[in-house]
Amino acid sequence: MTQAQTDAVQPEIGSEKVIIARDVEKWYDNNFHVLRGVSLSVNKGEVVVVMGPSGSGKSTFIRTFNALESYQKGSIEIDGIKLSHDLKNIETIRREVGMVFQQFNLFPHLTVLKNVTLSPIWVRRWPKAKAEEVALQLLERVGILEQAHKFPGQLSGGQQQRVAIARALAMQPKIMLFDEPTSALDPEMVREVLDVMRTLANSGMTMVCVTHEVGFAREVADRVVLMDSGVLVEEATPEEFFQNPKEERTQKFLSQIL
Amino acid sequence: MTTTNPEPSVIAAPPITQISPGAWVKKNLFSDWFNTILTIVCLGAIAWLGYGLLTWIFTQAQWQVVPANLRLFFVGRYPAPLMWRPWTALGIIAVSAGLTWGILARSTWLFNRTGLIFLGVLAVLFVALSVPVSLNTSLLLLAILGLSVAAAFAGQQIGQRFPTLVSWLALGWLGIFFIVFGLIRGGLFLREVRLDDLSGLLLTLLTAIVSIVLSFPIGILLALGRQSNLPVVRWMSIGFIEIIRGLPLITILFMSSLLVPLILPPNVRIDRVVRAIAGLTLFSAAYLAENVRGGLQSIPRGQSEAAKALGLSAPLVTVLIILPQALKAVIPTIVGQFISLFKDTSLLAIIGFAELLGISQSILSNPNFLGRYQEVYAFDTVIYFCCCYAMALASRRLEKQLRTENR
Repeated sequence: MTQAQTDAVQPEIGSEKVIIARDVEKWYDNNFHVLRGVSLSVNKGEVVVVMGPSGSGKSTFIRTFNALESYQKGSIEIDGIKLSHDLKNIETIRREVGMVFQQFNLFPHLTVLKNVTLSPIWVRRWPKAKAEEVALQLLERVGILEQAHKFPGQLSGGQQQRVAIARALAMQPKIMLFDEPTSALDPEMVREVLDVMRTLANSGMTMVCVTHEVGFAREVADRVVLMDSGVLVEEATPEEFFQNPKEERTQKFLSQIL
Repeated sequence: MTTTNPEPSVIAAPPITQISPGAWVKKNLFSDWFNTILTIVCLGAIAWLGYGLLTWIFTQAQWQVVPANLRLFFVGRYPAPLMWRPWTALGIIAVSAGLTWGILARSTWLFNRTGLIFLGVLAVLFVALSVPVSLNTSLLLLAILGLSVAAAFAGQQIGQRFPTLVSWLALGWLGIFFIVFGLIRGGLFLREVRLDDLSGLLLTLLTAIVSIVLSFPIGILLALGRQSNLPVVRWMSIGFIEIIRGLPLITILFMSSLLVPLILPPNVRIDRVVRAIAGLTLFSAAYLAENVRGGLQSIPRGQSEAAKALGLSAPLVTVLIILPQALKAVIPTIVGQFISLFKDTSLLAIIGFAELLGISQSILSNPNFLGRYQEVYAFDTVIYFCCCYAMALASRRLEKQLRTENR
């Protein structure tokens, strides 16, 4: 991901699969069967939106991609690396997978700039000057440049979430995961975050987003999938998904949110 | 504020920033008949107690015992020909404190009104204490105070020139501690003073500071160990913490002074002071571990998840993200723990050390000062209070400095 790519007109979706999840099953500690054999593959440059009612396991599912959640059965391959229990392996994958959380999860004791430079400096071992240069570029891109030396607590929710996106991008990941990035925001701040995500999608980033933003899904997604009770119910292009859903469960879900 | 509110606490206060002292008194002390009675009763009690205390201080108490034994109180039986070493140490500390203050206050006024009052009180106190001893002591103390102020101005200049110096202050103080310790203790080309021969406030400060500095990292490690995924580490940490917390400090100190020498082989001898410090340290570390654990648990899970998602390894997540926030959250409890550790050093008197309290007892057994209990213990009280209050102030300043919300 570089600045130059941002200006590309319409990125091509490659045929190279960067996420391959096969029959992923997970039980919580209390034996609740949260994922019941979910399979999904995502091509390079593709934007996949995951929808579904709460408790359907959609967040849990995308959190298995960077091993924030473990799983008991099935297999996950990220960018050609099989996800195993080996710590080194997990850390390698996390370097390539950025994640944005519902609650932003910025580090409150560090300035915005330090939030963004932290992991390039400590994980990528970049010199401070380079990390700061890249961080400032990213902050400019998400429109927070003038807040770089403030603390997260001094920013609005929308600004914090944009910083969180910049922080994830600073590692120059190949894949970005969004876990309900706008759900904790006041309505008037949702747009500024979606705008950043839209630009990111147009720049050719591979993205998997759990979100309830139908407008965003229609406009940006290459594919929309519906999860319910730990099962992947339907997988379709946005047009098909919203205009002409095949499954009854999808129709019911759409009638509730539209 | 000219109108009287019947119940100011219920009605939303108007945005008045400055109110006259008269209005303040009326509002806070005489707002209704009950408050008025309460105020009068309390004022009466305070006046009665204050009168009693002041009469005792100025007419009944025989203060000669304090100046006559000032050296014993402060440095105990430190060899008289070597007295220049504690003095130099005091000078070094004063200059370093001044420099530190200057560097911290590099972009504000060096001395505001409170600071000036504090300095004035300090100077008067020094003179009042030392004039009955000797004029030289008095001059020396004032000179050190002056040096400290000069250092503060210098520190401000240096701080403006090199703002990054702030992050080295803690390390600098560690270095100063070793220099001062070496100076007091001797060794190399200086005549050695055995640790077990130290006494007075000097011993109190030495045991307290060393225990505080050592128990801090040990406490953090125990807290982390208690949350570790490795069962053996976790069990050992829990076992240590619970055993130590289940024992009274005085028992631990007795064990360190009586039991340890019995267990050790006869040719291995550890200084009594070192054993006592070890006891204090372990005791304090166990409590500190629980305080720190409280802080660790107060950090939301999202923090470590976000850090992990960025590819940070588990140790880096702990050191860079979790610990700084956890420690910040528990500064007040940690400092409270250190203050109580400082006061707990007085228990050393029971196992035969002549620290501040112990040396006071031996002063009281001097036939010249028989029965001067009140005076001696009042003086000890003032010293303990000054040290503890200084720690409390430092903690408040630290909290203010680390506050990142709504600044």
